[in-house]
Amino acid sequence: MIKLQIDRLTKRYYVERDGRQVLALSDVSLSVDAGEFVAIVGPSGCGKTTLLNILAGLLTYDDGAVAIDGDAIRGPGLNRAVVFQHASLLPWRTVAGNVRYAMELQKRFDAAAMRERTDAFIRLVGLAGFEKHYPSELSGGMQQRVNLARALAADPAVLLMDEPFAALDAQTREQMQAELLKIWSHARKTVVFITHQINEAIYLADRVAVMSPRPGRVKGVFTVPFERPRTLALKREPRFLEIEDAIWRLVEDQPQPLDIAGTD
Amino acid sequence: MTVVDDPDLLPPPRRSFYQRHEALILGGSAIIVALAAWEAMWQAGKISPLFFTGPSQVVERFIAEWNDGRLKQDMLYSGRNFVIGVGLAIAAGVVLGVLIGWYRRLAMLVEPFLTALYSTPRVALVPLVLIWFGIGMWSKVFIVFINAFFPVLMNTIGGVKAIDRDLLRAARAFCASDSQIFTTVIVPGSVPFILTGVRQAVALGLIGVVVGEMFGGSEGIGYMVNYGGQTFQTDTVFLGVVIIAFAGIVLTWLAERLERHFSRWRPER
Repeated sequence: MIKLQIDRLTKRYYVERDGRQVLALSDVSLSVDAGEFVAIVGPSGCGKTTLLNILAGLLTYDDGAVAIDGDAIRGPGLNRAVVFQHASLLPWRTVAGNVRYAMELQKRFDAAAMRERTDAFIRLVGLAGFEKHYPSELSGGMQQRVNLARALAADPAVLLMDEPFAALDAQTREQMQAELLKIWSHARKTVVFITHQINEAIYLADRVAVMSPRPGRVKGVFTVPFERPRTLALKREPRFLEIEDAIWRLVEDQPQPLDIAGTD
Repeated sequence: MTVVDDPDLLPPPRRSFYQRHEALILGGSAIIVALAAWEAMWQAGKISPLFFTGPSQVVERFIAEWNDGRLKQDMLYSGRNFVIGVGLAIAAGVVLGVLIGWYRRLAMLVEPFLTALYSTPRVALVPLVLIWFGIGMWSKVFIVFINAFFPVLMNTIGGVKAIDRDLLRAARAFCASDSQIFTTVIVPGSVPFILTGVRQAVALGLIGVVVGEMFGGSEGIGYMVNYGGQTFQTDTVFLGVVIIAFAGIVLTWLAERLERHFSRWRPER
């Protein structure tokens, strides 16, 4: 069953400095099934963050269509939650206050349910005992756990993740990836996960969509054949490396050289 | 004596009573020594009561004025004008500051006026205020208000402008309405800035009280100081100054406490 449908989506930016129009997304099409985990990879400037912002309802688009359960996306909605690249936690709220925040704004749960869900999702992301801590007292990895718990507690139909582990050190990132899979196996949400790390995408996702820059478009979609649950050891298996290599070749096969440095 | 190279091996330092309260002890002693020297000079008759006074004389004056009932009345008068003026300034400064900080076009409209008023010494407006409000209580309140208003306003604007864009984006993504964004992001995010403004407003409001009473009327601590000066009652002038200074210290301390309490979520700097 298709949960999220992206159909020939096109987005133009108007660059004020030189009066040019930039085609950020050009005819992007992708459909995501209910309960599916899809990763979108691509180099900086391929429009993957633009795409996520459109899915979140934070950006408008020029052509094409995006719909969840057949309803066109026309702004932020209760059926989506975003896990941001920067944790974006309210610094004056404690961990519990931040996890409750999205539920408070969306007003879908009563006070008792919010309390219960706050506790449950803090436990799920492994932060029991840190309820009363402020974000400034947490490590980057712990802040991202709060970011994730906040989104999950809002009970979205689709979870949008915007390079949530990009700012973490390599070790913490791997740990968080494994943890995310464990959490996802309980929550079973439809997930769109943006990343520039190919092995992260393969390890996590059911399918990996590869995007290319200028203009941003979907170049190919890979189905990841590995069974779940997956362990981090999977990343060193020959078949994993083969897929990684194939995706790399697709990413690199483009007229302009890759811009590895910098983020978008 | 053995030298220990590794600081981890050192026993936890045991800080003595003196070490823990060094600043208080040194500062306190300095005041006591200065007061004692001053009093000794006064007692020795080295100080002319016309130009200066002594600590014991100020205390005597305080007791006399207090028993007279006049001092209490003056303090209440000044205190009330201060509280009303600063209170109105905080309310107006926060509301307008949030609006100006948030609505870019409103900021463009009012900024020329704000810059002009902000850079005018407020004392220059006092004669105008007297024309508008007369020499009664409301002219004093208004002078306190215009002194205290700007620091609150300017700090609130700064606070709203400094709000992290990522937080606004997150709130929007979670379907926050405009009023929810105001109450959950903009206002709490500006609180530390607002309280910095309040601390400055308290200090400037105190100046406003004294200045306002010097320009007219016949009540309040500022009037007392002014009258004392005109009639060469140097000890009365000193008493007024001491009262104002004491009020300033206490109020600033309270405002700082408040500021720190509401900034406790901020990382240690």
